[in-house]
Amino acid sequence: MTDRPYLPCTEIIGFLADYLDGELPPDRRSEFDRHLAVCPSCVAYLESYKETIRMAKGSELPVEEVPEELIKAILAATR
Amino acid sequence: MNGLFVSRSIADNFVNIGRKTPAMNMTTQSDTLNAFETLVRTHTPVLLRVARRFMHSEEDARDALQDAYVSAFRSIDSFAANAQLSTWLHRIVINACLMKLRTQRRHPEEDIEKYLPRFLEDGHQAEPSVAWSESAETALQRTELCGLVRSCIAQLPDTYRIVLLLRDIEELSTDEVAQMLGVTPNAVKIRLHRGRQALRTLLDPHMRNVS
Repeated sequence: MTDRPYLPCTEIIGFLADYLDGELPPDRRSEFDRHLAVCPSCVAYLESYKETIRMAKGSELPVEEVPEELIKAILAATR
Repeated sequence: MNGLFVSRSIADNFVNIGRKTPAMNMTTQSDTLNAFETLVRTHTPVLLRVARRFMHSEEDARDALQDAYVSAFRSIDSFAANAQLSTWLHRIVINACLMKLRTQRRHPEEDIEKYLPRFLEDGHQAEPSVAWSESAETALQRTELCGLVRSCIAQLPDTYRIVLLLRDIEELSTDEVAQMLGVTPNAVKIRLHRGRQALRTLLDPHMRNVS
């Protein structure tokens, strides 16, 4: 048992990217894990943050056929 | 593009690509022109998609793409024989978009603070976060949600949107993005984190109430 204070949520959310990238020193990382073990709100934030990154990556426009006038304009501009 | 002075014919420059890309095996000027047109037709669909991602309008995306082709073929001598042509062109399109965005940057840019989480004095979240009811993988199977994500990204202030596009979608490294934008790697990290947080805030009402 320990009675040392938990890191505040503001600290967890502020350094979430470093936490996910594995860039925190081990002792700090374990403090993050200790906070996450007791804070469902930060866990929800962390999970939705990860989903946000996946959604950004996965929201690509489809590759579409290029209008012929654009091809002609490019060829004209470059010849 | 109007009034742009091109010192050498772009098609002439393209001969250099033919020399550096043995598979093209070009022998006559006609071969060169045909191969050049084939190259434009082959690469433009993907490159237009890149330009559309960065620019705010279709017209600007097309202009940036044309600028990129002109710039690419003017600097064809810098194309390394061992490089992938598609990668090289891709990078030039991104640079053309960034240059165009710089010239039309809105002043003042919208403040991102309103999209960032708020905290109480004791450090707790002011509004507790709620788990999303659907994974990104499932959500993205719905066309309208893909469109929603893209429109939420488009709402981000450019300072953050551009970093998010370069890091999370183009998958460039922090150092590469820092170099492209002329900022420190730490600034890239901060902008990326804030951009992701803002995007999360914009998606949150849609993702926590999926029926």
